[in-house]
Amino acid sequence: MPSTLTHLDRLEAEAIHIFREVAATFSKPVMLYSIGKDSAVLLHLALKAFAPAKLPFPLLHVDTGWKFREMIAFRDRMAAQHGFDLLVHQNPEGVRDNINPFDHGSNTHTHIMKTVALRQALDKYGFDAAFGGARRDEEKSRAKERIFSFRDAKHGWDPKNQRPEMWNIFNTRVAPGESIRVFPLSNWTELDIWQYILQEDIPIVPLYFADRRPVVERDGQMIMVDDARMPLLPGEVPQQKLVRFRTLGCYPLTAAIESDAETTEDIVREMLVARTSERQGRLIDRDETGSMEKKKREGYF
Amino acid sequence: MSAVAALREVDVAEDASRDEVRAFLASQEQKSLLRFLTCGSVDDGKSTLIGRLLYDTKLIFEDQLATLENDSKKHGTTGSDLDFALLVDGLEAEREQGITIDVAYRFFTTPKRKFIVADTPGHEQYTRNMATGASTADLAVVLVDARQGLLTQTRRHSFIASLLGIRHIVLAVNKIDLVGYSEEVFGQIAADYRAFAGDLGFATITPIPISARYGDNVIARSDRMAWYAGPSLLEHLEDIDLGQGSAQKPFRFPIQYVNRPNLDFRGFAGTIASGSISQGDAVVVAKSGKPSRIKRIIGPRGDLTRAVEGQAVTLLLEDEVEASRGNALVAPSARPHVADQFAANLVWFAEQPLLPGRSYILRTETDQSTATITDLKHRVNVNSFAQEAAKSLALNEVGVVNISTQAPIGFDSFVENRATGAFILIDRITNATVAAGMIQHPLRRAENIHWQALDVSKSSRAALKGQEPAVLWFTGLSGSGKSTVANLVEKKLNAEGRHTYVLDGDNVRHGLNRDLGFTDQDRVENIRRVAEVAKLMADAGLLVLVSFISPFTAERRMARELMGEGEFVEIFVDTPFEECARRDPKGLYAKALRGEIKNFTGVDSPYEAPEHADIHLQPFGRSPEDLAIEVEDWLRERGYC
Repeated sequence: MPSTLTHLDRLEAEAIHIFREVAATFSKPVMLYSIGKDSAVLLHLALKAFAPAKLPFPLLHVDTGWKFREMIAFRDRMAAQHGFDLLVHQNPEGVRDNINPFDHGSNTHTHIMKTVALRQALDKYGFDAAFGGARRDEEKSRAKERIFSFRDAKHGWDPKNQRPEMWNIFNTRVAPGESIRVFPLSNWTELDIWQYILQEDIPIVPLYFADRRPVVERDGQMIMVDDARMPLLPGEVPQQKLVRFRTLGCYPLTAAIESDAETTEDIVREMLVARTSERQGRLIDRDETGSMEKKKREGYF
Repeated sequence: MSAVAALREVDVAEDASRDEVRAFLASQEQKSLLRFLTCGSVDDGKSTLIGRLLYDTKLIFEDQLATLENDSKKHGTTGSDLDFALLVDGLEAEREQGITIDVAYRFFTTPKRKFIVADTPGHEQYTRNMATGASTADLAVVLVDARQGLLTQTRRHSFIASLLGIRHIVLAVNKIDLVGYSEEVFGQIAADYRAFAGDLGFATITPIPISARYGDNVIARSDRMAWYAGPSLLEHLEDIDLGQGSAQKPFRFPIQYVNRPNLDFRGFAGTIASGSISQGDAVVVAKSGKPSRIKRIIGPRGDLTRAVEGQAVTLLLEDEVEASRGNALVAPSARPHVADQFAANLVWFAEQPLLPGRSYILRTETDQSTATITDLKHRVNVNSFAQEAAKSLALNEVGVVNISTQAPIGFDSFVENRATGAFILIDRITNATVAAGMIQHPLRRAENIHWQALDVSKSSRAALKGQEPAVLWFTGLSGSGKSTVANLVEKKLNAEGRHTYVLDGDNVRHGLNRDLGFTDQDRVENIRRVAEVAKLMADAGLLVLVSFISPFTAERRMARELMGEGEFVEIFVDTPFEECARRDPKGLYAKALRGEIKNFTGVDSPYEAPEHADIHLQPFGRSPEDLAIEVEDWLRERGYC
């Protein structure tokens, strides 16, 4: 054991510390599991934090009904393999009203099927702490957020009045109904995530790797036709292209990039020469400047 | 510029092989990490500097650049140029007002080092957010506007940085272009700063003249200041030696979580705060002194023979010793202090001022106890560092205090160990983080004054009187009828042969508390003393009736916690304000409403009504006798009389 820790060793230790802190101080924590690469790293770290015991909290997947099919299959495979307690929540009113990104637009769809659904699930089970995989390097308003981020009883975030967060002493106290969102990966960058996936050989959804997939091009973005629910515009014919995804969300709202990256090393190389940020493929962030902050204030992760 | 081109080494070639990518990642892992913050006064250019660093180190992506161009046109303050501050001011309110409200964390890498930078706000009202950024930093870049020189915020931030344990300062004299790249101006500011910061204990102070807006001396040395022979800002950040870390200090392992999946496995999980530990090493439990040895060390990738500062591990001991969260495993030969009283520096973060005597929650990394400030020794003037007498600390003020915790905690002095000498204070009602504390030393009285054991106990004294001791705490507005009802209740108890005593607010203020006024600080102390007297009387076996306005929830809770289980009965005499003002038995409301009396409860000083009083009296339309009977019935049903 060398006496100096590497950069990744320190990030790993910090995340494990945060997991344990929550388990020791909250009465009902939950981990948000969104199936992407950050969730994969989060799960891997959580398992380490409590080994040889099982996870002392369940995982929650807020299902919009529009996730890639491969994501759902991967989620169920992970649950079976690790034996964690998996809760899946869909907004029942949204399902009843058939809310979808095509007829209602990305804003409404995201609000009802993600933000409102998340609030419903947290209220339903009475969770007082919820882990998320957000990183400060992703987006400007995330760069401002505490590791332990307080939410009022309506799940609102007040960015102008955050609790001070000193050293690694965390204020974990909440009144009934209030909660804390906890971000163990706050200080990780996108490169750190990939480096850790490579080092630890962490399984991720195959959609991150290049393959021939049916896509159509809209507004300069390549959208994958994942199932028959996607209405094709007149003259639109899905093309088989060699593509992959830098981030994963709802399939109609997440653009693919052309790529031949088949391994994690290929992805890292591609990322290092890239001139655009990973969230560029997220259509929901670009509705307006500050839209992430607005969504977060409403209770989005 | 060649220096900028060199930064492209963080990339790999587009046609690099998989092995080359792996080699590149391995080289990334050899880099050390520097965490620093930018601080200083408003408009000294902190956010602009970070934006410039990110831009010049090629860490701005094309889509982010497009957004920046857009934002610069909309909110920019730099004319037609890019406004780099908008890269870091991520909140809507910040972009609209052109200021930084909260700390933003940014990440960048050069061929030599990895950096996490905290961009902190300059406004005084957001000092707590600056402190948040400083608490995890190793170095502070203090910006000064070359035209302005040192300002109050320059001094305040430098002082707080030093209190929070930062040892290295870069004095970035910014906007040097606006003073004609003047060597003289730079030299004067550098000299002023050294004169002022001499006592703050920094290991290094490095002044650098820069222009964040134009990039002079930020990444590369500028040819517009031939007189400057030192490094550029980035060169300095890449090369500075931070000295020894905490790995050489005595072993400290705060227990965070006890992992017990089955009867055969009992592991203590936590992060090594300082020092190192090997399999077979002797340790002791900090609070009990119980010794044991390390049987196993479990790290993130399985068993280890040795672990060091910063690692999150699970330790298994040879013996079944008692220890849990809040305790620590430590080196037997160099143990931490264990005490319930100590002196500390405090930075106050809340709008509500610090009140000596009020009880707060104190948290260290893993321990927690209720605590009170027993003495505010002085406030520190951030401009002159003069020690000033004070009765309370207001938002953003710094002071030296004595603190008493309900239970002993284990700690080192902050100067010796940043991880085990720090704490925060939390408001017990709002749960807000109200202060950051840095422990100086334990108070000797905590170690030397022990409880004198007495043979006659509370229960034997009470038994002699044939009664259950209790404190009946009447709270309510002035003129609500507290004392009238308390007086009637005492008469009834007395008639039944009970031993009683009434502590009345007005009467006590003529004697024990005659030195106290009606400010919030004095009200807190008023209640603290009365609660302590009531406790002694209950200890003597009496039924004590306390009739005090006692307007604050926090102090009533403190009184409740002083007494034994079931000994404290809160009685809320809930007469509405209008009725009290109408009665006005002492003519005080009339005076207060005319402004002749200050800090009058209900008029210009708040009354926090109890939400869960044991007895909630609603006197409106009822006689005092009737109310006294209600109290008596309640007491009889529960066996107090």
